[in-house]
Amino acid sequence: MTQELAYSMTGMLLFSIGLFGVFFVPHILRRLMAMNVMAVGVFLLLIAVAKRNADPNPDPVPHAMLLTGIVVAISATAFAVGLARKFHEVSGETDLDGEGP
Amino acid sequence: MTSWLPLLVLLPFAGAVLCLLVRGRGAPAIGVATSLATAALVLFALWSLQTSGPVRVQVGGWGAPLGIDLAVDGLSMIHLIMTAVIGLFISLYANRYYDGYRGGQKDRARELFWPFWLMLWGAMNALFVSADLFNLYVVLELVGLSAVGLVVLTGTRDVLGAGLRYLLTALAGSMCYLMGVALLYAAHGTLDLFAIGALIQSDGVSRAALMLMVTGLLMKTAVFPLHFWLPPAHASATAPVSALLSALVVKASFYILLRLWFDVFPGVTTPLLGNLLGLLGGGAILWGSLQALRQKRLKLLIAYSTVAQLGYLMFLFPVTAGMADGSSLWLQEVSKGTVCHVLSHALAKASIFLSAGLFILAAGTDQMSAMKGLAERMPLTVFSMALAAVSLMGLPPSGGFIAKWLIMHAVLGVGQWWWAPFLVIGGLLTAGYMFMMLRPAFLEPDPGPGLKPVPRLLEVCTLALAMLSIGIGISAANLLNLVMIGNPFSIPGGGW
Repeated sequence: MTQELAYSMTGMLLFSIGLFGVFFVPHILRRLMAMNVMAVGVFLLLIAVAKRNADPNPDPVPHAMLLTGIVVAISATAFAVGLARKFHEVSGETDLDGEGP
Repeated sequence: MTSWLPLLVLLPFAGAVLCLLVRGRGAPAIGVATSLATAALVLFALWSLQTSGPVRVQVGGWGAPLGIDLAVDGLSMIHLIMTAVIGLFISLYANRYYDGYRGGQKDRARELFWPFWLMLWGAMNALFVSADLFNLYVVLELVGLSAVGLVVLTGTRDVLGAGLRYLLTALAGSMCYLMGVALLYAAHGTLDLFAIGALIQSDGVSRAALMLMVTGLLMKTAVFPLHFWLPPAHASATAPVSALLSALVVKASFYILLRLWFDVFPGVTTPLLGNLLGLLGGGAILWGSLQALRQKRLKLLIAYSTVAQLGYLMFLFPVTAGMADGSSLWLQEVSKGTVCHVLSHALAKASIFLSAGLFILAAGTDQMSAMKGLAERMPLTVFSMALAAVSLMGLPPSGGFIAKWLIMHAVLGVGQWWWAPFLVIGGLLTAGYMFMMLRPAFLEPDPGPGLKPVPRLLEVCTLALAMLSIGIGISAANLLNLVMIGNPFSIPGGGW
């Protein structure tokens, strides 16, 4: 198994674990963490993708995508944490009721 | 001369930042001014497209893949126009609607509506003109975040819960989409929306990417059974926001789905996948309509109606999946019908949510039992509701009729008659819940506190949108010719 294949497989595994968590874990913060695990999975894959061919220099495009993705994920997480705090303040609860995420 | 293209995105963003900086009393004025300017810019873009054809610009001259490419064709243009027309009316409406929002959190809601809404408008414009897959991810995320911001404006328990659920679903959806983008880049080394289709073969990686991206976008479009987040979010938000979300935001992710289907994955899609998507559409129509029939609250009924109406958009996929060039007539017809449905549903649904807002302003509740006697006391509002209902039901000569007619014709034309019952039953069920909604309005009013008067301007905005949803049925031919500029619904290699 090559190095980049190992990275890619790990990335996809993390992505799947995260996807499961977003849908099936009740606690809001844990769901948010699960979303971040999904994101890390995608980022790992993007790191691996940069070594696409025999060229020893990595392809810069996936790295640019990955950096942008991290910025987006951080902003979204901050926003969601803010919402979750406010929700807890108003309702005193940590889970969303009803079906689905 | 194509430097106007980035302005479609920059102008609303600049307005949003300005609104955030001034807050207070100035925000609505800046908001309305920006809306007018953006709508004027879209009008100019339309003129430019019709005189000089489709354009493509490299912003800042960097060029793909590290720079940002923007492109406009007929399909982009029709979405830009839809957003501009509905956005402008909603801006005018919101300007007066939030007048009564005074004190504490309500002050914040009144002020923060504008930055979030302009951000959303800019992000949607960016989405409709993006020419690369990764840029689409970024703006899709922006659309989601600003839409959630709009939902939670009033900060009550209900909206916060609904907003969080919406946010988590939207984030999971865009992560699925991004995973698909990463896989495609790994396999083909390009992100160009319009060039990558020629490189893609039907292999394992492409199929995985297709499944991931379609699933992610279905979550964001709220297609049954991934619709669970939509009714609470759309029903608990304030009326102008509900109108924006139901009319425009769900269509943004559907637009990406259309682009992927025709430009990126035509070599990978199979009839099996197409039929599966069609089946989801049929499920959406039945489930959404039956849920709508069970509601007691007006806005929940309208929200479930959105779930049902989104189902009609899915029949495009079984008709066009794996299509060879010979039957391109049906491809064109079903695509036109689908775009027509996107437009007429957006106009009708925006109008009907704004009507619900007027009712809430007047009665202070959205329980349908409180609507008794509404036809006598607010005739203009009830008339708007009825007009929008006609378009949703698909009665001639409305836009909804043309849309459903074209879709039905194409479905039968390719011999997939089994979708036709869904279309017919869907129309009957729509008529059912729309009559249920309108019935109390014509009953004898209960004695008790009357209705508060509502500003006439709000009723006019609502009526204008309802009349447009009928009107596009009359001028459908012109609009649908506009969509075909640049031939967005061709299958590369199909040769037509």
